[in-house]
Amino acid sequence: MATLHTRSSARLMMAPAVIMLLVWMAVPLAMTLYFSFLRYNLLTPGLEEWVGFFNYKYFLTDPAFGDALVNTLLLVGGVLLITVIGGTMLALLLDQPFFGQGIVRLMVIAPFFVMPTVSALVWKNMFMHPVYGLFAYVWKLFGLEPVDWLASLPLFSITMMVAWQWLPFATLILLTALQSLDEEQKEAAEMDGAGFFSKFVYIVLPHLARAITVVILIETIFLLSVFAEILVTTSGGPGTQSTNITYLVYTQALLQFDVGGASAGGIIAVILANIVAFFLIRLIGKNLEA
Amino acid sequence: MGSIRLENVSKSFGEATVIPSLDLDIEDGEFVVFVGPSGCGKSTLLRLIAGLEDVSGGRILIDGNEVTDTPPAKRRLAMVFQSYALYPHMSVRGNIAFPLKMAGEDKAVIDKKVGDAARVLNLTDYLDRKPRQLSGGQRQRVAIGRAIVREPTAFLFDEPLSNLDAALRVNMRLEISELHQQLATTMIYVTHDQVEAMTMADKIVVLNAGRIEQVGSPLELYRNPKNLFVAGFIGSPKMNFINGATAKGHDAATIGVRPEHIALSTSEGLWKGTVGVAEHLGSDTFLHISTEGVGNVTARVGGEFSVRHGDTVYLTPEDGKIHRFDADGKAL
Ligand SMILES: Nc1ncnc2c1ncn2[C@@H]1O[C@H](COP(=O)(O)OP(=O)(O)O)[C@@H](O)[C@H]1O
Ligand SMILES: [Mg+2]
Repeated sequence: MATLHTRSSARLMMAPAVIMLLVWMAVPLAMTLYFSFLRYNLLTPGLEEWVGFFNYKYFLTDPAFGDALVNTLLLVGGVLLITVIGGTMLALLLDQPFFGQGIVRLMVIAPFFVMPTVSALVWKNMFMHPVYGLFAYVWKLFGLEPVDWLASLPLFSITMMVAWQWLPFATLILLTALQSLDEEQKEAAEMDGAGFFSKFVYIVLPHLARAITVVILIETIFLLSVFAEILVTTSGGPGTQSTNITYLVYTQALLQFDVGGASAGGIIAVILANIVAFFLIRLIGKNLEA
Repeated sequence: MGSIRLENVSKSFGEATVIPSLDLDIEDGEFVVFVGPSGCGKSTLLRLIAGLEDVSGGRILIDGNEVTDTPPAKRRLAMVFQSYALYPHMSVRGNIAFPLKMAGEDKAVIDKKVGDAARVLNLTDYLDRKPRQLSGGQRQRVAIGRAIVREPTAFLFDEPLSNLDAALRVNMRLEISELHQQLATTMIYVTHDQVEAMTMADKIVVLNAGRIEQVGSPLELYRNPKNLFVAGFIGSPKMNFINGATAKGHDAATIGVRPEHIALSTSEGLWKGTVGVAEHLGSDTFLHISTEGVGNVTARVGGEFSVRHGDTVYLTPEDGKIHRFDADGKAL
């Protein structure tokens, strides 16, 4: 019922929750904004003073910033690419009837429940370690020189770890979308002479478009702030090769105790996230319109 | 060409046998209706012919060629689904063109065929709309359009009108019949509605629990039902069945009289009864009468017949219009 009366009372009822949320969001944001205009270093307490845009200039002209920006975009893009394509293929596979379907589906979700720090450590020590890692073993089996993944391909390695974590999420969402595809539609396409590939391109993929959009949007939000995986594996290195914006803000604030600079970095990260979101919505948001 | 032949075709889903074993011949150009109550296996039978289900036994031949193991796309049949099964993200044009595109036709050929189909089906103004922007009847026509552009050897319809309202259903019924006249292609039409079956069919196949009860033209089934099931299923209102002493008098376990074969009078007749409900339609009057000795009887009188609840009437079944059945329900 959407009469005028029910709508205004609904607004009244929701008000406390909405106000709470707004305060929750606005206060930290305002404080970050405020700090970003101060010289505020934890090593020199009591000397805070207004410095205008100095912190922003400092953060933006830092040579690490450019690297971090590129790394962030590469990381987000890479993980999205792997999870969407891999997730679609896994979902197609899991949608087929086979023995032990329930167990397999459960196992596929498992990586999502592993904490990022733990999974990163497992990857670092059990798979990617150049001496006792599983990959090194396989490489040696084929008579190849083992790769020191985290040293020579740091960003790629981190992309792999994060993608592994997010693959189940994509798979699960795409699988449910796949299961909601009308059986008669598939049969109609079959009778119309569509083979497996045509059916996928013309029937399944358009049906999945909305779910893929949701996966991309949600994953982007989380992937812009990947942190734990970097901290426990490469610490952003070598050099700045695997530093993303989030990690750069961290080094600023907690390794150099520069709260003002970190706040400016945080605000820049927020602005960047919004720019990314803007283009993302422009690009794929029309899929969400019913 | 489009003759279809089923030989000993059977179908089970696991333990459950849906179609025991059945033979059927469909001639080229015929309009065949599968009719039967819900769950009797009509859709399953149609899907077996289409190739969407594998037979559990027997053979299917189209134009004399065995197609039992041929995939659906290669059988040159077109199907119109109950849910229409339109592709929601494609325009009407895209939907109708889809089978041609899959067949790798030229763009020019596709455009021409889609245009022709749209003209036949009155869809020309809607070609660029999406299915969700169409009414039920228009969606139905798009589904039919998608079927006719393929120029199939036979059309399969699975309860295509059951999602439409009553008035539209009558219209679409006519349109499909006209389409059949124009194309003269074999059509197999599944419905649970005996009125659709009677009005559209050249040949009706009455199904019950996966078995064929009788095959024949609408009037054959109406005049000479082979058993109680067909007698009760074909004709509206239903045939009256009378057991007991009255049936014994005709040397049968059960006799059947259609409501329209009962003469009514307020003064004299064979059976005396009291009017329960009188339905006055203007063109006809249907009376539900409880009689002494023969139970509840429905009778139809042409035109107006002014009796009301509680009035006494006399009924006389017309000579030669009494159907007699033995104890197994077979017609005698
Ligand atoms: N895929 C299936 N698996 C198991 N049983 C089925 C399947 N399809 C149909 N049936 C059963 O077969 C019977 C006939 O179904 P159907 O052909 O759809 O009936 P109708 O179209 O005449 O209403 C029903 O009892 C139904 O439960
Ligand atoms: Mg059915």
